[in-house]
Amino acid sequence: MKLREVQAILKAEVFTGADKLDIEVEAGFGSDLMSDVLAFACGRVLLLTGLTNTHVIHTAAMIDAVAIVFVRGKRPDKTLIQAAAGMGLPLLGTRLLMYDSCGRLFQAGLKGCSREAGDDQVASGLADNKTRPEWLP
Amino acid sequence: MKDNIPSLEMAFPVRARDFLAGGDGAARIRRVLQQVGFPPAIIRRVAIAAYEAEMNIVIHSEGGELKAQITPEVITITARDTGPGIPDIELAMQEGYSTAPREIQEMGFGAGMGLPNIRRCADELEIKSAPGQGTTVNIIIYNR
Ligand SMILES: Nc1ncnc2c1ncn2[C@@H]1O[C@H](COP(=O)(O)OP(=O)(O)O)[C@@H](O)[C@H]1O
Ligand SMILES: [Mg+2]
Repeated sequence: MKLREVQAILKAEVFTGADKLDIEVEAGFGSDLMSDVLAFACGRVLLLTGLTNTHVIHTAAMIDAVAIVFVRGKRPDKTLIQAAAGMGLPLLGTRLLMYDSCGRLFQAGLKGCSREAGDDQVASGLADNKTRPEWLP
Repeated sequence: MKDNIPSLEMAFPVRARDFLAGGDGAARIRRVLQQVGFPPAIIRRVAIAAYEAEMNIVIHSEGGELKAQITPEVITITARDTGPGIPDIELAMQEGYSTAPREIQEMGFGAGMGLPNIRRCADELEIKSAPGQGTTVNIIIYNR
């Protein structure tokens, strides 16, 4: 799914990265716990979160997240937007709540990072995805 | 003559409670690994482990240092701090165990997943700590 579609589905505002809306995301991950993001996010992931501190930006960088969507109307401050712009990391914001945001994206075909055996709802090719650590459960 | 390959060494001071700069060390290490051309899966493991170790210094200690030693075969991350130390390392390693105060949890840290994340990323992990003695976390990740 292109970031542009994500933006349309979530009626999202673009805080930075308006020139990058044609990049592809292959999975979504929604959490306010950054250690969970570090442990379980997979592939070229779109991170959805209600947190707007620097930890979120750092975490996104560590896992090579494609972009961040801030949910439930949370707005990043100027410092955060500038930091993300410097990293080339698009930041979007939606008024929708976390569940609604994830649900709409999932319904539109953006898969998740759970790894139930034989589950076709999970982003494809993750088992042999080069960016996914082999130590994950 | 592998001994002749010079290792790349980096060291970053880490200040306690500095949530703005916290994570910069891990980010720099990650960038260098990218520039040198390590495989993405290795970089990711190093980045996650270094970041969690760095944030533990920020959150739980009185400050310290994050070091990286990089050779083509192995990456060693050392996080050393002068903090309160960890009284029960086995307990601290359990998923979900955290002594982080509430205001830190509200920032998205302190889920008690840091040390377990480090263990999963590391090929070898050694934690040296005692109450009042500070903590040294030594992480080894092989490039293979
Ligand atoms: N560098 C450190 N100095 C003192 N205590 C630490 C340090 N690192 C970890 N700990 C202790 O181990 C616990 C678990 O650490 P971790 O798994 O990273 O979870 P979290 O950081 O989310 O609390 C911490 O809550 C803390 O009590
Ligand atoms: Mg931690």
